[in-house]
Amino acid sequence: MKLSTKIAAVSAALFAALPAWAQEAALQAPPAAAGAATVDKGDTAWMMTSTILVLLMILPGLALFYGGLARTKNMLSVMTQIGAVACLAMLMWVMFGYSLAFGPDGSDALKPFIASFGKAFLAGVTPASQAATFTAGVEIPEYVFISFQMTFAAITIALVLGSVIERIKFSAVMLFAAIWLTIVYFPIAHMVWAAGGLFFEMGALDFAGGTVVHINAGVSALVAALLLGKRIGFPQERMAPHSLTLTMVGTGLLWVGWFGFNAGSALEANGSAALAMINTLVATASGGLFWMLAERVHGHKGSALGFCSGIIAGLVAVTPAAGNSGPFGAIVLGAVAAIICFYAVTVVKPKLGYDDSLDAFGIHGVGGIVGAIGTAIVYAPSLGGPGAADYDMAAKLVVQLLAVGTTIVWAAIGTAIAFVAAKAATGGRVTPDVEREGLDLGEHGERAYNY
Amino acid sequence: MKLIIAIIKPFKLDEVREALTEIGVAGMTITEVKGFGRQKGQTEIYRGAEYSTNMVPKIKIEVVCASDVAPNAIEAIQAAANTGAIGDGKIFVLDVGQAVRIRTGETDQTAL
Repeated sequence: MKLSTKIAAVSAALFAALPAWAQEAALQAPPAAAGAATVDKGDTAWMMTSTILVLLMILPGLALFYGGLARTKNMLSVMTQIGAVACLAMLMWVMFGYSLAFGPDGSDALKPFIASFGKAFLAGVTPASQAATFTAGVEIPEYVFISFQMTFAAITIALVLGSVIERIKFSAVMLFAAIWLTIVYFPIAHMVWAAGGLFFEMGALDFAGGTVVHINAGVSALVAALLLGKRIGFPQERMAPHSLTLTMVGTGLLWVGWFGFNAGSALEANGSAALAMINTLVATASGGLFWMLAERVHGHKGSALGFCSGIIAGLVAVTPAAGNSGPFGAIVLGAVAAIICFYAVTVVKPKLGYDDSLDAFGIHGVGGIVGAIGTAIVYAPSLGGPGAADYDMAAKLVVQLLAVGTTIVWAAIGTAIAFVAAKAATGGRVTPDVEREGLDLGEHGERAYNY
Repeated sequence: MKLIIAIIKPFKLDEVREALTEIGVAGMTITEVKGFGRQKGQTEIYRGAEYSTNMVPKIKIEVVCASDVAPNAIEAIQAAANTGAIGDGKIFVLDVGQAVRIRTGETDQTAL
């Protein structure tokens, strides 16, 4: 299991061993004194860099990517919603999110699903606290681990917004985000990444968060879009992206930032991170080209938006596989994900008629599912993956499908609860007048472009 | 005096301006416009969502000149803006009742 963080166990032990009066002493103590494990400065520097790279994915990466796809009159509302929910997630993360995901275990019954409030407000964490990596005896400062994981929570809720933009109230977005993070993201992050978590114990392969981040965000986006309803005029009225230039810029920033996301998920600057890095290059390259090829096969022109969409589909699909695949497996995975997402977005979505405005489900949800299932295949050593010689692909496929299915159900139910509550409290949708005039003016009192 | 309104293809603007300058027409106003005539629009596709654009971008030129210069100006525009394909545009000519130069108060042909 690649994404183990024994942090829960390790830090719980650390916390128990440190009475309150010892905190100050721990602050002063050299890192080595905290245990036998060592903190490598190279690892630490890499993880700090990775954390900032994931932040870059949100602002300005995702904000520009999504913003460019919106109409001119909604540009600021899209970017503001993304920035605001990311900030909210960061604050909630240090208040109780980190504790619920990676804190000390609560009861045995709850252990597979959620931790406890034992580390609420980062109780007991000091600069000397350490978090485990995948190598025994090598750790990173816990503050770095908390920060790194914080950015994951922030980008996931921001991704969900892709399906509901151009019509959802800012207040509804904020309330929905607060509830959703608490009942959907924190538990699923715990299930996948914390020792004792449901998927973790099942041995599900998820290197950098294909399940927690992409399937979770994609399915939640779909449910939220269905509950919120279509934009006025969809799909008859012209709703073309207002700036594919900005979308292309955002795509580039997302790709660059994704190295923090994927290679950073190795938690060390080592060979596993290197594998994740090369896979994040080649799977993405393959995704970008194969989406455009799919367009050509369908008799369309190879488009810039298709290129960007393929890039994102490739990145999404390689996320769970980043350190769990050989480079050539990753290339195939990127290509397959791009082609399947192309059909999901251009054929299936119009037939079903739902308004997933920026295809958060079509690309993150579908691409995430393809990636999660595909990871079980490309992990096989016979296909160049890093699996052991006795790797049982069929068994792993079952585990992956169970993890995917559980995530889908959990995300769908949690989103429905969060959305209905947010709608009851805020109304959910802006008035038709505001929607026609644009959310920039109606919700924020500004225009994106004054010229 | 005549007002010449020419709707032309955007990339022909420089050639038309040079042609008019050559025959001594020393000013014009242009506007970026959209419209349709015989030329059909384009289809845009964004992730499978198809939008057909009926309105094609054009440049509208407005030139006021002396009545005796007008035939030359019309001919110059027609020659310069011509590609032989549909969508080359149209020229309309109207009579102008009065012209005033705001800075000096000069009127009619001296104001042009």
